[in-house]
Amino acid sequence: MLGRTASSLFWMSRYMERAENMARLLEVGHRISLMPGAIEGHRDEWRSTLLSAACEQTYAQKYDIITAQKVADFLIFDESNPSSIRSVIRTARNNGRAVRTALTRDVWESINATWNELVAVKPNELTPDRLPVFLDWVKQRSMSFRGAVLGTMLRNENYYFSQLGNFIERADNTARILDVKYFILLPKASDVGSDIDMHQWGQILRSVSAHRAYRWFYRNSGYKAWLVAEFLILREEMPRSLLFSYSWICTALAGLAQLHGKRYDIHQQAEDTRDNLRNGRMEDIFQSGLHEYLQHFILSNNQLSRDIGTTYNFP
Amino acid sequence: MAEIFNEMQDKSGQVRSPYLRVEDWLKTLKRKDVERAIQEAESRFRRQGITFAVYGDKEAAERLIPFDIIPRVFAASEWRRLSAGIEQRVRALNAFIHDIYHRQEILRAGRIPADVIIQNAAFVPEMMGINPARGIYAHIIGIDIVRISENEFYVLEDNCRTPSGVSYMLEDRETMMHLFPELFAHQRVAPVENYPALLRKTLESVAPPACEGEPTIVVLTPGIHNSAFFEHAFLADEMGAELCEGDDLFVMDGALYMRTTQAPQRVDVVYRRIDDAFLDPLTFRPDSAIGVPGLFDLYRAGKVTIVNAPGTGIADDKAIYTYLPDVIEFYTGEKPLLKNVPTWRCADPQSLKYVLDHLPELVVKEVHGSGGYGMLVGPTSSRKDIETFRAKLKANPKNYIAQPTLSLSAVPTYTSSGVAPRHVDLRPFVLSGDRVRITPGGLTRVALKKGSLVVNSSQGGGTKDTWVLED
Repeated sequence: MLGRTASSLFWMSRYMERAENMARLLEVGHRISLMPGAIEGHRDEWRSTLLSAACEQTYAQKYDIITAQKVADFLIFDESNPSSIRSVIRTARNNGRAVRTALTRDVWESINATWNELVAVKPNELTPDRLPVFLDWVKQRSMSFRGAVLGTMLRNENYYFSQLGNFIERADNTARILDVKYFILLPKASDVGSDIDMHQWGQILRSVSAHRAYRWFYRNSGYKAWLVAEFLILREEMPRSLLFSYSWICTALAGLAQLHGKRYDIHQQAEDTRDNLRNGRMEDIFQSGLHEYLQHFILSNNQLSRDIGTTYNFP
Repeated sequence: MAEIFNEMQDKSGQVRSPYLRVEDWLKTLKRKDVERAIQEAESRFRRQGITFAVYGDKEAAERLIPFDIIPRVFAASEWRRLSAGIEQRVRALNAFIHDIYHRQEILRAGRIPADVIIQNAAFVPEMMGINPARGIYAHIIGIDIVRISENEFYVLEDNCRTPSGVSYMLEDRETMMHLFPELFAHQRVAPVENYPALLRKTLESVAPPACEGEPTIVVLTPGIHNSAFFEHAFLADEMGAELCEGDDLFVMDGALYMRTTQAPQRVDVVYRRIDDAFLDPLTFRPDSAIGVPGLFDLYRAGKVTIVNAPGTGIADDKAIYTYLPDVIEFYTGEKPLLKNVPTWRCADPQSLKYVLDHLPELVVKEVHGSGGYGMLVGPTSSRKDIETFRAKLKANPKNYIAQPTLSLSAVPTYTSSGVAPRHVDLRPFVLSGDRVRITPGGLTRVALKKGSLVVNSSQGGGTKDTWVLED
C-alpha cells in the first residue's frame, strides 16, 4: 500500500472522530448556556469549550469577546478555523476522496453524503434552538461513518490505518477534555460538593457521552473526582477512555505487524502506554499530579502519531 | 446554415431503424417516471462523487455533468464504417509522432512546413530519437467526431495528450442499465464495460524492455483538486492499479519506485494524467511540484513507460490538424476515411481576411485552447461579442483558426418542455498497444440549450449513453 493511502485513511478517520467530539463539546456548551442565569461562569463555559477544542488562541486572533453565537459560528462553520466542524469534515472527505479506491462504497458514501448535506446548511439558519438537532446530526453522521468502517471494511491495512487514526484522536480528545475541564474550570474549593459542582462533573462526563454510563458503572457513588478520572483514564469498559483507545491502537498495530511480518519501535511504544494504563492506579496518578499526567499523555500520544507516520512512510 | 440532421427521424417523420426500440420506449414513458429517473441518476452520481470541478468558479466547486436518459444509437453497419476511419486515423497519428521524433520524413517531403512543427509549443525536442515500446506514443486517443448527415462524419479534433471522459461513458451505461434494465433486454447493445480491462492489457503490452514478469502499473494524478480526479481514481480502481501523486514515486538506482507502507515497490508503466510540462522538474518545468524528478531519464533509458508519451501534443495541436488529411495519406497510402473540417489558419493573411469578413458565420478557436473556452460561435453570438472577438483576433491572428459552423446532428433529448432534438458530438476512445482497440460507442456530449452547438461540460453540456447495436 502507498504511504499516501495509509496517511489519508489515518487522517480521514481522525477527522471524522474530531467532528463528533467537537459536536459533543458544543452540546455541553449549549446546555450550560441554557442554565438559569444565577449560574456564574456561563462565559467561562464557552471559554472552556474553546480550550478543550484547542481553539482558544485562533479564536482570540479573530474576536475580542466571547459570545455564544460567535463561538458556535467559529467552531461550526468558520473555514478559517481548521478545527471547525465544517473544516474537519471537509478535510476528512478530501482524504477519503484521495483514497476513494481504498474505501468500501458504504464508507465513501457515508462520508460523501455527510459533506453534501453539511454544505446545504446555511449558517444564518442555524439558530440556537436548532443547534441541538444539528449537533445530533453531526454525531449521527460520524457514527454512520464508523459503522460503515466496522461493518464493511476488510480487516487489512486499510482498516488498521483507519482505526489508528480514530483512536489516536479519541485518546487525545478525552485527555484534553479531562485536563481542561478538571483543572481550569473547576469552581473554587469552597464550592466543592455544591450544585454547581455537580453540574461541572456532569459536564465532563457529558462531553464524552458518559454521564449515564458512569451512573451504571459506579452505582451509588455520586460524582467523585477520583472516580470520574478513573473512568476516563483507566477503565477498559468505557469506550472513550484512554485505556480503551490504547487497546484498540495496539490491536491495529498488531494487525499491521502480522500482515507485514514486521514489528517496529512504535509497537513497543504503544504497548508500553497500554500496559501502564492497565496497571495504573489512581492514587499514583493523583499523587504525581493529574494535570502533569495528562499533559505527558497528550505529548506522548502526539509523538506516537508522528512515529506511526514516519514508520509507514506517510508523505 | 444547412439543414439539421436528426438521427432518430427522417424528414417525413419516419423513425430510422436503430431507434425503433427507443421510440417505442419513449411512447410509454410518463413524465413522472422520467423525473424520478433523472433524480435517481443525479443522486447516484452525487453519492458516488462523480463530479467535475469548474476552474475559476468557486461557488459551485463541484458540479454534476447533466445526464440525459435518452440514449444515442448507432447501427452496427454505421459503427463499422466509423471505426474503420478511426483506426486508420489513429495508426497514422502514431506513425506521424514517431516520424516527427525520428527522421522527420514528412518534413523532408515538404508535406508540412518545418516551422509549423519545430516552432510549435507542443513539439518536445527532448523526445528526439527515443524509441518507446512498440513504437506507440499515443496509447489512448479520444477523437471528437460530429455528424452532419446520414453518411457524413467529420473529425473536429484529435485528443492525443490525456483525453478524459471515459469514466462518464462507463457510468452512463451503468446508470442506464440500472434505471431501465428492460431497454437492454430486447436488443443487443455492444458492451463498453470491459474498457478498463482493455486499458490494462494495453498498458501491460507496452511495458518497458527492462521489465521482467508482470508489469506494475500506476495512475499518476495531480491530486484531488484536478477537475478529472474522479476519473483518475475510477480508472485506477477498475484496473487494480495504485493511484499515485508525484511524491509517491521516486527514482533510485536507475528504476522507478513507489513509497509504500513497507519496502519501496518497483513501477514499470505510468499512466499519467498530468501534462508534459509538469512530468519531471529536472527535464521540463523546474517549478513543477506534482511531477517525479528523474522520471524522463528513466524513460529515455527504457526503464519505464510513460503513457501517453511526452510530446504527443504535436499530433493534436490545432495548427497541425489542418494537415491531417495529408498526414494520413503520407503514412497509410490511403485516402482518409474520415473527413477533416475545412479550416482557415488565421496566421495566413488571406485566410485572416476571409475570416474577418465572415465572422458571423464561423467558429473561431484558439490554436492551443481546449474545453470550449475562448472560442467564438459566430451564428449564436451578439454583434458586440463578435466585435470584441474581432479585436482579439486582429491583435494575435496566429493564435486562431476558423471553421465553418457545422450543423451538428441532433438527437432526441429530455428537456423542460418535453422531448426535443439537441445537438451532439461523439468522443470514441481508442487504445493502441499490441493492437488497436476501439470501444464500441464512446462519450456523446449534448448541448442542452436549445440551438446551442457547444457541447463542452464547462459550457453547460451534458452526456448521453451511446449505443452500438449488434447485428
